[in-house]
Amino acid sequence: MAENAKLTKTEQIVVKFTGDSGDGMQLIGNQLTALAALDGNDVNSLPDYPSEIRAPAGTIAGVSGFQMCLGDHKVYTAGDAPDVLVAFNPAAVKHSSKFVKPGGMIITNADSFTEKAMEKVGYKSNPLEDGSLAGYDVKAIPMTTLVREALADMDMPNAAKDRCKNFFTMGVLCWLFDKDKNLVLNFIQEKFGPKAKKPLLQVAEANTKAFTAGLNYGETTIMFQERYTMGAAQIEKGLYRNITGNDASALAIAAAGAKSGLQPFIGSYPITPATDLLHYASEFKDLGLVTMQMEDEIAGICCAVGAACAGNLAFTTTSGPGLALKTEAAGMALILEVPLVIVNVQRGGPCTGLPTKTEQSDLLQSMFGRNGDSYMPIIAANSPADCFNACFQGAKIALKYRTPVIVLTDGYIGQGSCPWKVPKLEELEDLTPYVNFYKPEDHPGETYQPYKRNPETLARDWAIPGTKGCQHRIGTLEKDALTGAVSHDPMNHHIMTETRLKKVELVANDLPALEINGKESNKILVVSWGGTYGAVKGAVDRLIAEGKPVSGINLSWAWPFPKNLGDILSRFDKVLVPELNMGQLSLMLRAKYLVDVQSLSKVQGDPFREYEVIDKVNEMLGE
Amino acid sequence: MAELTKKDFASPAEVKWCPGCGDYAIMNAVREGMVQAGKPRDEVAIVSGIGCSSRFPYYMETYGFHTIHGRAAAIASGLKVANPKLDVWVISGDGDSTAIGGNHFIHAIRRNINLNYVLINNKIYGLTKGQYSPCSEMGQYSKTSPYGVIDYPMAPLKAAMGMGATFIARGLDAIPKLSEEITTRGVKHNGFSMMEIYANCVIYNDGAHKALTDKETGANHRIILRNGEKMIYGADNQLCLVQDGFGIKSANVADVAEGDILVHNEKDAALGALLAGMRPDAGLPIALGIIYADGSKKTYDQMVYEQIDAVKAKRGRTVQKVMEEGHTWTV
Repeated sequence: MAENAKLTKTEQIVVKFTGDSGDGMQLIGNQLTALAALDGNDVNSLPDYPSEIRAPAGTIAGVSGFQMCLGDHKVYTAGDAPDVLVAFNPAAVKHSSKFVKPGGMIITNADSFTEKAMEKVGYKSNPLEDGSLAGYDVKAIPMTTLVREALADMDMPNAAKDRCKNFFTMGVLCWLFDKDKNLVLNFIQEKFGPKAKKPLLQVAEANTKAFTAGLNYGETTIMFQERYTMGAAQIEKGLYRNITGNDASALAIAAAGAKSGLQPFIGSYPITPATDLLHYASEFKDLGLVTMQMEDEIAGICCAVGAACAGNLAFTTTSGPGLALKTEAAGMALILEVPLVIVNVQRGGPCTGLPTKTEQSDLLQSMFGRNGDSYMPIIAANSPADCFNACFQGAKIALKYRTPVIVLTDGYIGQGSCPWKVPKLEELEDLTPYVNFYKPEDHPGETYQPYKRNPETLARDWAIPGTKGCQHRIGTLEKDALTGAVSHDPMNHHIMTETRLKKVELVANDLPALEINGKESNKILVVSWGGTYGAVKGAVDRLIAEGKPVSGINLSWAWPFPKNLGDILSRFDKVLVPELNMGQLSLMLRAKYLVDVQSLSKVQGDPFREYEVIDKVNEMLGE
Repeated sequence: MAELTKKDFASPAEVKWCPGCGDYAIMNAVREGMVQAGKPRDEVAIVSGIGCSSRFPYYMETYGFHTIHGRAAAIASGLKVANPKLDVWVISGDGDSTAIGGNHFIHAIRRNINLNYVLINNKIYGLTKGQYSPCSEMGQYSKTSPYGVIDYPMAPLKAAMGMGATFIARGLDAIPKLSEEITTRGVKHNGFSMMEIYANCVIYNDGAHKALTDKETGANHRIILRNGEKMIYGADNQLCLVQDGFGIKSANVADVAEGDILVHNEKDAALGALLAGMRPDAGLPIALGIIYADGSKKTYDQMVYEQIDAVKAKRGRTVQKVMEEGHTWTV
């Protein structure tokens, strides 16, 4: 035991992994995330992919990253500046060292600092030796050498041995963060051992040896002066699973199908960063979930509209440019008044933009990106786990009001992960009352009228094909307000346009009143929506703890707004909206409530850090 | 229940096509196909896109969806997969199917979704008042081609064969009986039934298919195919089709040995592709009737549920179980 490494209690640690894309950064990141979560910490993580599949090895363009924050308290984001950077090669060090907290730790593979590798990224001299990383606590470990030594007696090529350096690193980190090594050893067995789906016994053995070597290296070397331990976070009791937003969305689609009694259906087309949702949902054939990968984005939504017309619970999944292509067909669902959920995992725009980077810049597209007066409800997920809730709620509202609903997530929460309390299916809201197809036997003596409405929700009577005797024609031309027959009557169009708008406004009746984090009335109100929730919540909590006159609210629904929003806004001197766009929600709030909202914009392909929000609030407070 | 008649498939809506439009005859043929299929009206759905022909669903006493330009094939695909018990028809035009909707058109054929697809081809955009379409002929005059079309035309049925079609047929509005035969066979075909029906547009492309419909000479430019029968045509049955290398040529019956006259085999895909592409400007007649039909290929909608059943049998998870998969822990 290295008695010289003292065990320090800490509240949270931010770790970032960077290395060659394809070198397993996401794997090791997810591995540590799972380890911390299993050990009782709260965790939040954020992958950071380059847009090239495999840019040349060892180049800055090929650097892939994964940042995570583990804490003994509720963790809302993947953290600000990393306390520990694990950078596997010179490119990764060059790319990521600048993000590390001053004095923070940089763990790297000393063996990777060959002249050729350094030259590739423009290092004139070795940064591990020339003092250029003097502000950091650099741990240059000869990982390749150590791993090859540990696996010397194994009959495998060096390339395969070198892949075990991730588990070697896990060993070092497991020791450094005082985690239970058995959790990792069990994982290796589960994944590669004799009982695994695809047993790879040699890989299991090699990874076990590499991991153990890493543990031993931490214990025996005198390189580390300190190691860290943290208590378990206070977390609601239950069964937990680490989940990405995209996976949570896919599960919500299956769950909404089960709870509505309708066949769930996804019509889609692959697009980054939404594709993982379709990947995962495509595995759910045994849950009766139909996925159609169509020829393009338009066909994706169109077949979903067709499925909706047939009475399936229909979804289409996409990202920004895909939503742009789906525009006309979304309007079709709107004028036909059939339920449809459009899940948009936002990415940097405009056009192709930054496919692998996050942004919240599709709010106004979701709001106004269709011809005509064509409003639809918009719900925004605020964390990876919340994607489940957002998609499930989206399905409920779509069914209840017979309307398309847009679910906004983004690259950050779609690909990021956090612990998710697995719900019990029977505890989720029963959606069958909202299905409510028109059945002639329930209306004796009545002639079916497709646009007769429920006075409370304005949802129309809806007989799906196959319903006895209810055959009727509907279309995308304006329709008579009762019969659904084509109508060019001017007043009818006015009434129908008003009705479609009013119907979406009525969704506000379903929204819970906003809860304020902090005092009910104060100097500054910080409004978050969607993916900014975590950073704003963390920032406001810290500001409140410091006694600053600041409160926060979070909007789950970006349209319609909750009923008490206007009242809340009026009770604060200043309103700040941090957004990963040039002020889109700010524009909507100003327009709707005539409030002089201040916008904090960031479009750097990266979510907000808490300190950015804190700095802005302090600036507004004149501090 | 008494058997339905064509009249039962007429909705109360007033038909608003121009007098003399070819669509009337085609609608009649589609109604006949529905009668022959024997499905109740409430188990039939018609999907259309945008164009004159796309008003079709409003006139039919079935479930009907008048949707958006070019996308009917994709919408109908979702509808059919969502409920395979329905008989789903798509009514489209040459602009709708081969221009804006070309992508969905070819992929619906490729998937062999069990749809009844009627492509009404009048070689013009009628609803927008007379612009040329991808099926317009070279040199055709229209409002957007005042000096003549310089786009080479598309042959939808030839394209369909390229996409692995399992049923292609061509009709002509002027031969209503043939159209009825086609729709009747088409609706019964297990797979994507590609039915192109040539129609006249009296206003913007009058005489669109004059070469075929001319009372005296029309028969010399068209051949009505009958499975198992010799391919003989012409006003006096004086012409026939014979093999020409890897292709087909027209010949006088009098000039060839009887055994050299080709016999139509609707299950022969190579022959089907050749017949689908025959054009008068190459000295060949336009093929009418059932050109190719092979119902042995599985349909997409069938395979969707076969796969679901297979995965259910193999994995058989519940939603709860899937939610609890992966790395879990209990707090």
